[in-house]
Amino acid sequence: MLIKGKADILGSEITDRAVFESRRQFIKAAVAGSAALMLPGLADAESGKYADVLTGPYSEPLVPTNYEDVTNYTNYYEFSTNKKDASILARALKTRPWSVTVEGEVGKPGVYNLEDILKDNPLEERIYRFRCVEAWSMVVPWIGFPLGEMLKRFEPTSNAKFVEFTTLYNPDVMVGQRSSVLEWPYVEGLRIDEAMHPLTIMATGMYDDELPNQNGAPLRLVVPWKYGFKSIKAIVKIRLLENMPDTAWNKSSPGEYGFYANVNPDVSHPRWSQKRERVLGSNIFTAKRNTEKFNGYGEQVASLYAGMDLKKYY
Amino acid sequence: MAFDKKSWMAIKACIFLLSLLPFILLFKAAIQDQLGANPVQALHYGFGDWALRFLCIGLALTPYKKITRQSWPSRFRRMIGLFAFFYASLHFLVFIVLDLSCSWEAFKDEVPKSPYILMGLLTFFLMIPLAITSTKAMQRRLGANWRKLHRLVYVIAITALIHYFWLVKADYSRPLVYALIIFLLLAYRILRFFLKKSNKSHSVWARE
Repeated sequence: MLIKGKADILGSEITDRAVFESRRQFIKAAVAGSAALMLPGLADAESGKYADVLTGPYSEPLVPTNYEDVTNYTNYYEFSTNKKDASILARALKTRPWSVTVEGEVGKPGVYNLEDILKDNPLEERIYRFRCVEAWSMVVPWIGFPLGEMLKRFEPTSNAKFVEFTTLYNPDVMVGQRSSVLEWPYVEGLRIDEAMHPLTIMATGMYDDELPNQNGAPLRLVVPWKYGFKSIKAIVKIRLLENMPDTAWNKSSPGEYGFYANVNPDVSHPRWSQKRERVLGSNIFTAKRNTEKFNGYGEQVASLYAGMDLKKYY
Repeated sequence: MAFDKKSWMAIKACIFLLSLLPFILLFKAAIQDQLGANPVQALHYGFGDWALRFLCIGLALTPYKKITRQSWPSRFRRMIGLFAFFYASLHFLVFIVLDLSCSWEAFKDEVPKSPYILMGLLTFFLMIPLAITSTKAMQRRLGANWRKLHRLVYVIAITALIHYFWLVKADYSRPLVYALIIFLLLAYRILRFFLKKSNKSHSVWARE
């Protein structure tokens, strides 16, 4: 299918790069300054590994959420169902060497070394809104590359209708996997057109540096128009399939978490409204933000779901 | 325990301050912006947790008295109960004022669709008559009905638990801990009730 990029955006709508960069530098300096007191080692985030990576298309000049908030408030049930604990426990994970197994309906299956994947796929920065199904949101400057470009290199066959992703299974380190809150390993999936959409990226970094473990290092999916649980972390396997894969939260509670999981204020979760979201890092007296359909990316992705009943395919 | 009136007052003051401590710490953390990425949720959950904890402590006092034959903690039953109501009120206020920003629009959007919020509201409203009738004067005025009315606390414990279970996504370990505690405290009462009943009927038999 033909995918129209966001080429029709006015130049004046985009913040001038110099202005944007200086703002980023200011924010980064502020983060480094306040964090340096508590977290040594973070102070050099300013000169992060990916500081030279350029901002790619589809990045809006949004102000990123504080680094501390993004790194201490993570849903990573492989480590803990407590967001803060998960961010501490995840430190134990070794993310190198790392490889990704590619299987299924592809011309070039195999076990690919992460370094080779990163060499083949030029990195860019994507500043995206991220909306969790728990009705909170943040803005993250990811470092990554389009998933579609990577998948093309594996030469999907014409039978490839879906993509399935699997997280590492290692209960020795991922201590949350020792209890059966979810079926392990965590599995997520996309329809092939969703996977090939240029908004969909594989991230390996954020805030100009490598991904912290709790945010899904060394390789995670980011699908900005879907609820966060679709954006699977620490990926070790990618399978191209003819049929829709079973996904972790869908298996756990099919009535609550659908395969599509598109951000949609008009379709409530059975137990809570999705109309508003708490923006992480905001002051306690700040009201919640109104959630946008497709998390504000409707212009780019709504056409993928033309004619589909989004209340049924939630 | 044999203490004079002054000592009892001092002990009471200590327990009061201790019970207030979670509020002081949460309030301090809120002012100093130390509640993390989602401070409204941290406050909301913090107050909710303490409401449930004080409810459990309150329900434990009678079994404690019966088992240990020490009645002194029961002197603080009203205070503990009122602290449960205090934390439940804060939990409710954080929800209305900070989470919904006092917006009727937001209330209409979010409350009717959330069974766990409805159950939480029910729990809170059930606590109000108990708080109002907690004074000695009310106790005297209501007489035997006061005891009957205050049995509502058992219903409150159960609806509070349901509220917690319905909110959780997948990991039920924490609400299960509270469920176990409340189950034991209620089971003790049920058991005693039936034991008493059978004892009574035994004595009736004996007389015949």
